[in-house]
Amino acid sequence: MERILDTLREKGASTALILGFFVAWELFCLVANISDILLPRPTQIVAALVKFWPAIWPHTYQTLYTTLVGFSIGVVIGLFLGVLIGSSRLAYDTAYPLLVGFSSIPKVAVVPIFVLWYGAGTVPAILTAMIICIFPIVVNVATGIATVEPELEDVMKTLKASKLDILWNVSLPRSMPYFFAALKVAITLAFVGSVVAETVASNRGIGNMMMIASSSFNVPLVFAGLFVLAGLGVTLYVLFSLIEHRVTGWAHRKTDLASP
Amino acid sequence: MNAQLRSAEAGDGAAPTAPFIEFENASITYGKGARAVQALAPTSLKIAEGEFVALVGPSGCGKSTILKMVGELLKPSTGFVFVAGREIGANPIRIGMAYQNPTLLPWLNIRDNVMLPLKIVPPFRQGFRAKRNSEFRDRVETLLEQVGLTGFAEKFPFQLSGGMMQRANLCRALVHDPDLLLLDEPFGALDQFTREELWAVMQDLWLSKKLTVILVTHDLREAAYLASRICVMSARPGRILDDQVVELPRPRTIDMTFQPDFVELNQKLRAMIVGARGGTGIVSHPPGTA
Repeated sequence: MERILDTLREKGASTALILGFFVAWELFCLVANISDILLPRPTQIVAALVKFWPAIWPHTYQTLYTTLVGFSIGVVIGLFLGVLIGSSRLAYDTAYPLLVGFSSIPKVAVVPIFVLWYGAGTVPAILTAMIICIFPIVVNVATGIATVEPELEDVMKTLKASKLDILWNVSLPRSMPYFFAALKVAITLAFVGSVVAETVASNRGIGNMMMIASSSFNVPLVFAGLFVLAGLGVTLYVLFSLIEHRVTGWAHRKTDLASP
Repeated sequence: MNAQLRSAEAGDGAAPTAPFIEFENASITYGKGARAVQALAPTSLKIAEGEFVALVGPSGCGKSTILKMVGELLKPSTGFVFVAGREIGANPIRIGMAYQNPTLLPWLNIRDNVMLPLKIVPPFRQGFRAKRNSEFRDRVETLLEQVGLTGFAEKFPFQLSGGMMQRANLCRALVHDPDLLLLDEPFGALDQFTREELWAVMQDLWLSKKLTVILVTHDLREAAYLASRICVMSARPGRILDDQVVELPRPRTIDMTFQPDFVELNQKLRAMIVGARGGTGIVSHPPGTA
């Protein structure tokens, strides 16, 4: 009982802030008499969400699908490149400028190119989600691997450990906290990528739904789309935080770690 | 100095046919062209199997460089380094290494940290999966007991004090039964009492395992307590100025470090190093005594 009270007290402030935000929004709209074409009230948005749910659901599924596929491919490629770049000085010096160049391109600008290559639809959304989340993962993993203590590397080398031995036993586990930090950034970015692509060139997905809803002035539905996106983003963020906590608890000096 | 060298070779047990470690005019130069810095002048040094050699000298004199060459982390710029009769890179011996920074892996508990070399070094790595919960576990347990870490196997490094981490670090350097142990100021960051405790632990380990040890240290008491032979090195570029056998009986105790012969040895070493540094700083020696 005491523990529950403690948790409530801990989470209480943030919960109160979130509730307060929506209450203030609701009151502001009521008092200032703002038209729901400009800014609908939260209650109207929730009502729209419930009312249009059968229509929203396929779009939600589509967005979740493209985001997760793009994210997964991005993670695999990012992890691979990060390991490659982090474990070799030469690769680091050679590839880094190119990578920085790529990352400084606004990813929205490449959507038309993907559409040109693959046509409107699912593929550009997946590719945009993928390309947007590669960079943070590469940089973080490369940093984690490149910053292994030189003394530790010496110890491994005197044991005649191969590069693979060092990577598997030292560098990779060591870069896991960096990797998960990047994953949490990347999953939210992946949503940005897929929704942008859907908005520009797709006939399915939350982005597309919001475009159509706004052109028919169904503003509560537009905002319902935002709510769905926020919900998906937060859910995945929390999911990765939980996995992170289990895998890299050592980095936070958790004392209740189970021996692997 | 010649006499001292000869006595060093004859000292500490029977002289084997070929030295275990041999430096033949090995030197190290960092950098190229005008910015080249010679860290180690051409050095010749012979170490027999089972010796405990301490390298002392001013900072930057190339002590760690010698250690790294023996550990195959550096190739000599000129000259040769032979370990077990072969040029480095080709020798089949097992080496353990411990630095001042314990570098335990924070995601593994102490047992798994100590086991790390068994995962990598043949012949242990072949049977690692099968033996990690039986034979290897006992091996780690025995070692932990020897260094006074019984009951800490399940702890994680961050739950240990600096001295305990260094004990675990020693275990990791010894778990794969190395023929050669390389220590680079392993006790440098510890407080006086912990350090003295670990000297005793180290001495016991050396006496029981009879392995060859090279210790780099700044602490002259530590060198005189542990080593069977002390090499004093000059400032950069490093040269071996003096090479002498420590005749004190074993096992040595902390009390012995306050006896006249021990103190005398210490003062002699100290004078040599002060001389090697150029006699600068806040030392009270009049110039030229070294």
